[in-house]
Amino acid sequence: MILNSKRAIQDILDHRFLNAVTIITIAISILIVSAFALFFVNANEIINPWKKGIKIMVYLKPDVSEIKIPELKRKIQGMDGIQDVRFISKNEAFQQLKKQMRRQSSLFENLKENPLPDAFEIRLIASSQNQEKVEMLAIRLESLPQVDEVEYGQRWLRRFTNFFNLFRLTGYTMGGIFFMAALLIVANTIRLVLFSRREEIEIMRLVGATDSFIKAPFYIQGLIQGAFGGIIGLAALFVIFMFISSSVKQGLSPTLFTIRFLSSGAFCGIILGSTFVGWIGCYLSLKQFLK
Amino acid sequence: MINGQNKSSIIRMFHVHKNYGAKKALANITLDISKNELLFISGPSGAGKTTLLKLLYLGEKVSEGQVLIEGVNLSRISHKRIPLLRRKFGIIFQDYKLIATKTVFDNIAIVLEATGKKRRFIEKKVKSILRTVGMEENLHSFPPSLSGGEQQRIAIARAVVGNPKIILADEPTGNLDEVYADIIIKLLKKFHTRGATVIIATHDKDLIRKTGGRVIHLNQGYMQKQPNFKSCSDDSQL
Repeated sequence: MILNSKRAIQDILDHRFLNAVTIITIAISILIVSAFALFFVNANEIINPWKKGIKIMVYLKPDVSEIKIPELKRKIQGMDGIQDVRFISKNEAFQQLKKQMRRQSSLFENLKENPLPDAFEIRLIASSQNQEKVEMLAIRLESLPQVDEVEYGQRWLRRFTNFFNLFRLTGYTMGGIFFMAALLIVANTIRLVLFSRREEIEIMRLVGATDSFIKAPFYIQGLIQGAFGGIIGLAALFVIFMFISSSVKQGLSPTLFTIRFLSSGAFCGIILGSTFVGWIGCYLSLKQFLK
Repeated sequence: MINGQNKSSIIRMFHVHKNYGAKKALANITLDISKNELLFISGPSGAGKTTLLKLLYLGEKVSEGQVLIEGVNLSRISHKRIPLLRRKFGIIFQDYKLIATKTVFDNIAIVLEATGKKRRFIEKKVKSILRTVGMEENLHSFPPSLSGGEQQRIAIARAVVGNPKIILADEPTGNLDEVYADIIIKLLKKFHTRGATVIIATHDKDLIRKTGGRVIHLNQGYMQKQPNFKSCSDDSQL
């Protein structure tokens, strides 16, 4: 192992430029992929509290009598995914509206009667706070004969979810493309090194070296390229992160949300991923070259 | 494995043919080489000497016929066992085949490294073999800085450092002047007296005359003489 590592390091030193190009390419790929990962981590941090605030407003028809309200409330509370149901009478809603629009109080002066309907404000349990479940629940609520209208910020939720999904898809696509690019470049570097050492490899075979003895330093080289590329890529991301986060902190209230870097688990995962890219690139080249 | 194998045989070839496309490189070679024999394969350029050597260490595969090394049929050897077969051989190439970017020490050590020997043993063994070939002072030199004769001595050192049972030398004196050629032949004879089977492919008749040993002659792929030939043409043995 020590001997093979020494041979791998010697190879890297002998082909400095080639190896530097490979490591930089892996680093750039890792930087871009992990930048997407960093965005998702922080976007989730922002979205999750917003999602927790999702509530459904159920507006009742004007002819629903007060006697039937408790029964209706029980019925809604029995539905899946519901955490809490609060009845807001039209009078209470009107008072709230007046309070909120104190400065425009003249608007209410000419009203002969309360135009607002009775309503239920529904909060959802955490596992039901996604678009599909909210929509399903809204359809069930709308089917109740006493219900006039259901509102849950459909457009906002749909738009945001679509945007988030589009970004996620872009991230996966970019990740895939850069993974392939890094893989091909590592494979190509190893192939060039193999080609430059083809005579030496031939001699090694003739003196009785096994394939695994010949391959071992190349695998180590691939692993080193992958690991170094990953570390450099993440280090670059950290520098950019520090720069951006200090700018954002100046412009935003820290109580709103804090930007955080990748967790140690994600950090290790990315390094392992880039190391794997180095290994698999090497595997592909060796498989082809040492037939 | 072959039944009834001659106990003293280390290499046996039965009706071996080697073709490169339509060109016949070797035709119907049947040959028996004993342990610790010194054998010359003579013949002009293109006679098939190098091809014959290559068939022994599986540098090439036979087109027809059988080659047995210590009773092992090379036609049936698995890819994984080829390195083990090659460790039985010490090969001296006409063009030396030394790695130009590695030192003399590293060029020789590679044989022992490939077989998993420890570093301390490798250092001791390489220095010892360099002393034997008279090149101990060139331990850290690179092959391109050495003369042809010196490079050939390094190639011999590399061939014998693993104590092979069989030494194959392809035109070992081909590019050398008489002084260096004598040194090389003396070295090969030294390893022969130590117990190795030595097979030398050469077109140099003077060298054969001076050295002694059995001679087989190849011409256009056909074996023309085999003075001490021991019959092994019984196909049922295969």
